[in-house]
This record gives sequence, C-alpha cells and structure tokens, in this order.
Amino acid sequence: MSDCHSTIRFCVNGEDRAVQVPPMRRLLDVLREDLHLTGTKEGCGEGECGSCSVRMNGELVNSCLVPVLQAEGAEIQTVEGLAASGALHPLQQAFLECGGAQCGICTPGMLMAATQLLTINPHPNMAEIREGLAGNLCRCTGFKRIFDSVIAAAAVSQDHSTEQAAHAR
Amino acid sequence: MSTSAKNRIGPTRIVGAPILRKEGVDKLLGRARYVDDIQREGMWPGATVRSTIPRGFIRSIGFDRRINWSEFIVVTAADIPGKNHVQLIHADQPCLADGIVNHRDEAIVLLAHPDKHKLRDAVAAVHIEYEPLPPVFTIEESERQETIVWGSDNLLKSFLLEKGDVESVWAHAAHIVEGEYRTGAQEHLYIENNGVIAEWNEQSGVTVWGSLQCPYYVHKSLLAVFDLPEDKVRVIQTETGGAFGGKEDYPSTLAAHAALLAMKGGHAIKMVYDRMEDLAATTKRHPSRVRHRTAVDKEGKLFAMDIEVDTDGGAYSTLSSTVLSRATLHSPGPYVCPNVRVRSHAWATNTVPYGAFRGFGAPQAIFAIERHMDEIAAAIGIDPIELRRRNFLHDGDTTATEQVMRDPVILDKLLDRALSESDYYAKRALFARENPHSAIKRGMGVSAFFHGSGFTGSGERYLNSLAGLDVTPEGKVRVLVANTEFGQGTNTILAQIAAEAMGLDYNDIIMAPADTSIVPNSGPTVASRTSMVVGRLIERAGRQLVAMLREKAGLDEHFTSEEFFAACERYRAAEGEVVSLCRYEAPPNIFWDDQKYRGEAYPAFAWSVQVAQVAVDTVTYSAEVEDFWSVQEVGRVLNPILAGGQIEGGIAQGIGYALYEKVVWQNGHMANNQMTNYIMPTAEDVPPIHVFFEEIPFQYGAFGAKGIGELPHDGPAPAILNAIRDATGVGFHAIPLLPEDIFMQLATREIVTEAPAL
Repeated sequence: MSDCHSTIRFCVNGEDRAVQVPPMRRLLDVLREDLHLTGTKEGCGEGECGSCSVRMNGELVNSCLVPVLQAEGAEIQTVEGLAASGALHPLQQAFLECGGAQCGICTPGMLMAATQLLTINPHPNMAEIREGLAGNLCRCTGFKRIFDSVIAAAAVSQDHSTEQAAHAR
Repeated sequence: MSTSAKNRIGPTRIVGAPILRKEGVDKLLGRARYVDDIQREGMWPGATVRSTIPRGFIRSIGFDRRINWSEFIVVTAADIPGKNHVQLIHADQPCLADGIVNHRDEAIVLLAHPDKHKLRDAVAAVHIEYEPLPPVFTIEESERQETIVWGSDNLLKSFLLEKGDVESVWAHAAHIVEGEYRTGAQEHLYIENNGVIAEWNEQSGVTVWGSLQCPYYVHKSLLAVFDLPEDKVRVIQTETGGAFGGKEDYPSTLAAHAALLAMKGGHAIKMVYDRMEDLAATTKRHPSRVRHRTAVDKEGKLFAMDIEVDTDGGAYSTLSSTVLSRATLHSPGPYVCPNVRVRSHAWATNTVPYGAFRGFGAPQAIFAIERHMDEIAAAIGIDPIELRRRNFLHDGDTTATEQVMRDPVILDKLLDRALSESDYYAKRALFARENPHSAIKRGMGVSAFFHGSGFTGSGERYLNSLAGLDVTPEGKVRVLVANTEFGQGTNTILAQIAAEAMGLDYNDIIMAPADTSIVPNSGPTVASRTSMVVGRLIERAGRQLVAMLREKAGLDEHFTSEEFFAACERYRAAEGEVVSLCRYEAPPNIFWDDQKYRGEAYPAFAWSVQVAQVAVDTVTYSAEVEDFWSVQEVGRVLNPILAGGQIEGGIAQGIGYALYEKVVWQNGHMANNQMTNYIMPTAEDVPPIHVFFEEIPFQYGAFGAKGIGELPHDGPAPAILNAIRDATGVGFHAIPLLPEDIFMQLATREIVTEAPAL
C-alpha cells in the first residue's frame, strides 16, 4: 500500500495543493506530515475525541477517519486558516478572553467545530452549542468557558452584521 | 472581560486581574509546538514490545526470521549502560523487564525503524516465551498474602495515624456507624498522549524533549539509567496537552526508552504513544477501599473515627507511598474528633503501576468520609448538613495529626453560601413532593472537604526548591523555574506574580524554556504547589531583584519599565548577569514528625463545599447531574479566569469519576483501552457549574495564594452519590456508579419490596 502513490489535489485554507501520497493515507497525516500543518492534532485516531477536526466542503470531519483520496478536489479549512487575515478570528479572540483554551491540544479541533456551528447557526442557544461541540472532547475546562467563548463570538458577529446592515442602508 | 470587585483584595494591578493566558495566542493559532509536531533530522519512530501476561519469567526472546532485523535498532535490558530502574522514590521498577514481568503491557524490547509500518509488523514479530507465575489483581487477594508478588509481604507502604484512643470509646458511644466505600481506577485521558523525542551523542550525552510535568524527575532518572554526570543529561519540556498527574512519573520511563534507542542506533528517536498504548501501559488513579467505624455522641458530635484505607498500587511502588500518605491525612475529612485512628496500606498487584492523578489519594479518602457522613446522618436521624455543621473544624481546632488551625477556617460560611446559591432546602422540599409522582427522582447532595496545599509534611523542605528571575539583553525579565505549563496556567500566574512583585508590566515578563540546562530545580509541577510555593519564590526573587538594582544600579523608588531595564543594563555592565534566585524557606512554626505522623501535615489547606443536583431515571437507571455549585476558599485568587477554569475542569473530571469512567480489567489488562469505550463527560453531559470564591489571603503564599488545582476533583463524587441517596433513598458505596450498578440495587430493592411475604 505504501508503495502505491497517487496525486491528490485539493484546496487547503484557500491555497491549491497537490500531494503524491498513498490514497488511503489519512487526511490527518497528509495535513500534518506532508503539508506541515501541525495545528490539527491527533488524540485518539478513531474519531472519538475530535482533536483532528477540520472543515471539508463545509462539513466538519474527523481527519483521522478520512482517507485522503476522499479529499480530492475538496475545500479544506484547518485551524491555520482561521486567522488568515493576520488578526485573530472572533472565535480565537473569544477563546483567549474567556479562558476557552487551557492545555490547547483540543483547541484547534474545538475551534473548527465552533466555526462550523456558527456558520450553520450564527446564534445558537445553549443546547445547540452543547450539541454542536459534543464530538470534541476537552479534558481541562469542563466546557463551561468554551460555551462562554462561543456565545461571546456569536455576539461579536452579530455586532458585525448589525454594523454591516447599517452601512448597507 | 470584567471581574467583580470581590475577586480583588488589596492594591494590586496584575495579581487578581483576568490577565490573558501567556501562551494563549500560540495555542489558538495552532502554532504551539507539542512533541508530535517536532521533527528532528534523521529521526526514526520507536516502538515497544510489551508483556502479554500479567506475571511470569521471561524464558526467551525470539526474533522472527521473516524480518530483516539488521534494518532495525533493537534494545533490551542488556543494552542499559547504568542501572535498570526508573528512579523515583524506590528503585524497584525496571526500565525494561529483565527475566521477569510483573504486569501486562510491561516494556521488554524496544525497536526503531524509519518506516512506521514496518515497525508495527516487527513488534508483532518479536516472540517472547514465558513461564507464568500466579498473578494477584485485587486488594483482597494481595492482603491475604498467599501469593507474594512484591517484597516479602505485598505491602508497598503502610501508615498509622493516631490521636487519642479510639478503643476507649466504643463501649459508651451513643451510636456506632460503620461503612465500606470503594473507588475504581481512573484514567487521566489527557487529550495529548505521552510522547518524547531523544537524541544521544558522545559529547553532549542525552537530550530529551517531551510532554511532561517534571523535567528534573526525568533528568534524575536518566542519570541513573545512563550512568552519566548531571551536565550530560538535558530534559526539555515541550508544549504539553494535559497531564493531571499522568505525566508526573511515566515520562521518566518513556524518556529512557527513547534515549536507549537513540544511543544504540545513533538516530534521533520519537516515541509518541497512540491512544490504545497510552491507556494500556501508563498510570491511572489508585483504586481504593476505605472502611469507617465511627462513634457519635447524643448531640451528633464525632467521638471516634476508626478508618482503614487500602489502595491498590499495581506492580511497582512508584508514587504509591505518597499517594497513600495524602489519602491517610485526608481520610478524617474537615472535622474535629478527639479520637482518630487511621491504618492505611498500599498493596501490590499485577497491574500497570497506579500513579499520580489530580487529588493524589484525597478523592478516594474524601469520597469515603463524605459518603459516610450522610450514612451517619441517616443512621442517627439528623440532617446531613446539620451533622457536618456540628463537627466542622474551626480556627484553633486541631486535626487528626494535632495540627492547630492557625489560619481562619470558614467552612460554615462556605456551606451557607453553597446552600443559598443552590437554593438547597427549597429544592429538597420540592423534590420530596415531586418524586413520589415521577419516574425521575431528583435529589440534592453536599460534600465538604479540604485539600492540603504543597508537599506533605517535610516534603517541601526536602525539595529545597530554587527559582528566580533573570533579565535578557532584549529587555525582558525571564522567569526561571522548572515548573511546567500543561493547561493549568503556570506561565500566566508566575508572570503575573513577577510583574506585580517588581512593578513591571505583564508583557515585560517571559518564561524561560523548561529546560534543565537553563532553569534551576524549582521542584515538580504537582501537589497544588506551583502558585503557592514556587510563586512565593518568584515574588521574593522579584523584590530582591528590584532591591539589588536600587542598591547597585541607581534604580529610583518609582520607575517605568524603560527605567527598570536601563538600570538592568547598567548593572550588567558593572556587575555581570542580572539574576535573582531564591531558595525555599518553610513558614515558621511548621513541624512534622514523620515517625509519629504528627504535626503540620500541610502549610495551608484549601477548603470547599460542593452541592450536586442529580436526577435518577428509574426507567433507564441512569443518573444525571443537572446542576452543580462549588464554593471554595483557596487563599487569594490570582487570576479569576484561570482559577474558575481549574475549578470547573476539576469538577467535570470528578463527575466522570463518579458516573462515567470505568476501567475494565481483563487478566490485568485494561480491556477498554479506547476512547470509544472509556467514557468521559462530553459537552452534552456536563451540567451548568456555578463557581464562587471566598478569599482569605495566606500569609506565606505568593500574594496570598494557596493551592487550587486538585481541590475541585475531591468533592463531586460524594456530593453526587449523596444526591442519589437523597433522590432514591439508596446509599451507594462505590464508584464509578453506572446505570447497571444503579439497576442492580434499585431493581433488587423493588423486587424485595413488591414480593409477597412468605
């Protein structure tokens, strides 16, 4: 298996990439080892902990469970793509201010899950936040400050959209 | 973010404020470098061949001829240049098994190869033949001493703590209440598994990078394994993705393994466990059995407490003696009692050695006493809150070790606040009305407890920690400590303390890397000691540095950061490096007698009262924590964001300990060594957690701080099981308490109740 390489093309954080790898190689390993995007973490290797969460074609996936051939032509976003503009993304800023990150190992995956949640539901209630983050384990925080972070980030984006609406008028 | 005025005491600018995490931005951007994120030139992955039986002689180690072993680095015990043991308290644990194995998954052979797929195949191609010996798996089997698996008697450690004379009391006690309480193993489940990188060369010796808590523990252990002088071993902590005690002693073993492969093969070696290997082969919380026999007088005052604490230590002694010590000292709870006897034992069994885990014996002991208090209350017919109130320690009282409570003890106030914040009495009354008509039975439960801050007894004196500050040519003050950040906030707290002590800005302070070639030995990052003990050294070093600059470099009474660093450069030009180091000084009037187990067990205690609201579904037999309150006094709160995060995270782990987390043993092997079937609470399981601090600054801690990190894990399990007792009328005596356990008791009781009389 390891001798049979294919060329896989996809777009990571807005950049077109091509890799020559075994097609069953885990997307997680391709990101970390071939593309040196080590922000995405491995916690369990079986899709339970969510540390390796990335967004692929607008869906949240565990990159440890995705053979890279399935990523052919995909749009992938990792934690490295969140602060693309140079400034912290509102979720990153909120995690920083609310204490949503402690040891930091679950944080990249948690940020991607939270990004996904706020993309499909910009103003989630507590039950929706809990459900949206239920696939991502954090052993440090007891989750409370992660929930606070998501609520704070949602409020910021609401401020932004209100502002944009005002400008549009 | 804002913080309420009540969280600040005294005129400080930085201490007490919600300062942002020092390394937070790196973690949020995904650029913090954990060990598995680091690549070294020519690095090979390493792997471990482990025992497949719990106990027996190794008769032969065979290497399958289908593998070309010349491509591999192969290490056995015979390759160890120094002593084949993991240096900790005793030297009974081998680095690699030699001739005999004493637990499943014990390391026997190490392999490395550039291709990790070939490496995996090779691990399966090492064939070890054993002559099995009879194993021992439980406290009961070990204490029978029929099969001796450790030393001459299976006894890793025992203690006797005595105050007064319990035997004189039984005959005239108004009530005697007995109970037995059990706790299971608990896995740390840090999300980053154990991992290290090691390099070796003739000139510089061994260098290790790793996910670890205690660089100098690893350093000391490697000196023995490699028989090298101190300057030929260098240990560097990498960003560490959670630890909770699970990276206190195990990294010493793993670092030696990787370094042995590096030395033999001449390559840098990376060994990062996958989840299954980490769960199977690394330490867990000690299982326990605690028996209480308590005499209570007519007024509900504790008259005698006779306590037996027994823990399962696993195959080697590791930290079992100190875990047992803390369990012993916490077993009488935060109560006054004139006659106390604690007899405690740590027993050897043929499982992976149990090790440090947040709380370090206290959660086991406090589960027992706090469940037992509710059983006493039920037996003698008084309210469990009232029973606690009548027996709480107060200022001037003495503990079981005759330690006088010289600092204020405000358990009544913590209890009052916990009851009012949780609306405890109104809820109990409401649930008592609702429960008879509902399949969901709700209840409220309380736990009250203390946790000793810092090392036990004379421990801090033996550690004799050294810590300090220096100033870089770039104009930053560096904190020089071996204490590590693994999420709990070491970097932030120590930088806050340094900035406050010197009158500088938080951004003027950086952390020196936790690298034994750079930082002094300020002791291990354990035992809720970093803020209180090491923080105090940094506070003193800061004041000393300012005084030094005033005396030798003309620093004014009031100064800006620019003036401070200008003075540092004047000092550097005239005197040399700008360094300020301080060594530990014990608070006055601290005396501990290790022989009699008497005196000041801890320089300070943190205190807490927790309340759990629990719902038990009598159809599915599942118990759910619906709401949780925690009130604590931890001295001064140095950073409300971090302090709150410590409490909430500890409570979530405590909820897991009580209701979710079960290590399933099969012939000495953790059978459920996957996250799929070792279950921790998720975002959907953790209840709202309400955290309140009362602050009484501790004179000898940094800016008034005491220990905080372990405290919150001590109380949830008994509070939750007390709430289940309140809800169902059934007192459960063991954790983890899973639905099947609740079913067994409730269903049996229902059958008994409903069965026609014969």
